[in-house]
Amino acid sequence: MNRLLVGFLALVLAASCTAQTGYKVGDAARDFSLKNVDGRTVSMKDFADAKGFIVVFTCNSCPYARAYEQRIMDLHAKYASKGYPVIAINPNDEGRQPEDSFDNMVKRAKEKGYAFPYLHDETQEIAAAYGATRTPHVYLLEKTAKGLEVAYIGAIDDNVEDAGAAKVRYVEAAIDALSSGQKPATSSTKAIGCTIKWKKSS
Amino acid sequence: MKLPDMFFRKFSSTSNATMKTFLAILLFSAAARADGQVQVMKFPDLERLIASHSDTVLVVNFWATWCSPCVEELPHFEQINVRYRREKVRVLLVSLDFKSQLEGKVLPFIKGHNLRSRVVLLDEPDGNSYIDRVDPSWSGAIPATLIVDRSRGVRQFYEKQFTLDEIDSLIQSLIERN
Repeated sequence: MNRLLVGFLALVLAASCTAQTGYKVGDAARDFSLKNVDGRTVSMKDFADAKGFIVVFTCNSCPYARAYEQRIMDLHAKYASKGYPVIAINPNDEGRQPEDSFDNMVKRAKEKGYAFPYLHDETQEIAAAYGATRTPHVYLLEKTAKGLEVAYIGAIDDNVEDAGAAKVRYVEAAIDALSSGQKPATSSTKAIGCTIKWKKSS
Repeated sequence: MKLPDMFFRKFSSTSNATMKTFLAILLFSAAARADGQVQVMKFPDLERLIASHSDTVLVVNFWATWCSPCVEELPHFEQINVRYRREKVRVLLVSLDFKSQLEGKVLPFIKGHNLRSRVVLLDEPDGNSYIDRVDPSWSGAIPATLIVDRSRGVRQFYEKQFTLDEIDSLIQSLIERN
């Protein structure tokens, strides 16, 4: 019985340790230097003209990420010229998910013609710092006096299965609000997604 | 008043054995429905289904055929389902696959993996509408598991992949509280 109780407590403790950390809306997000699919290193500071960023943790392998892939491309097409480019980041450990290796990222980006950076978070440091848990997971950042202020966290819209049936496009609504000098009406949402494949040893 | 509670009150005056038999029939009929069938439901129906297990440790696992850690973990829940067959423990596997993939993916998966636990498919394309209602600590990543024992006020949530030992000792500890 004691052994069980100890096991049970350890489990509870483990569960509370994995509880959500990372950024909340209003926090200042850190920049990064990550390798892009074109071989170059990309940081947000390189985008002097940007008003903010649509940072999307995503990957090749997850069906939910794939369901949203076209919508991520559409967001970039619509908002890069308005000052909010997409920066896609793949945080998955390729040891656990070979389909998400850097080589496969390069392939996918080419095949689909990504017009935005698709970065490899090889150490998973950025996903951990942001508090990303799943793919896709969006962090909308706005350049303010604070730095890169988190304006919205969550889903792209409210219908993963059918883009046409979405009633609320959360990211678009949030950027539209920022563009007119307002705070997003909905600043955080939750969505089902594939859990990030963290390295086993860490 | 919820249906099972009504039964409890109604039968509380009769002998304990009668009640146990009645419950066994009730639970057996619930388990028998799992046979090759997958009910497609909206979140309020899932909530009602969970609430209907008033005297049971109910293990609700959120999974999908495309989720590799979920698929690795499913055999553990199947084991729990068998191992605690004689206890008041039930496993409910809630598939988050798209409804459009029920015939093409989910049913063949259940058959291929010979799943015996009850499976339902949650047809809710907007995760934001229900994730917090399962548990506020859930980010939306799967696998995720909710363990409910209403009679003892137990409601635990885990956004993680269980090992067999972990889930087994958890269930053990809940049963031993009786």
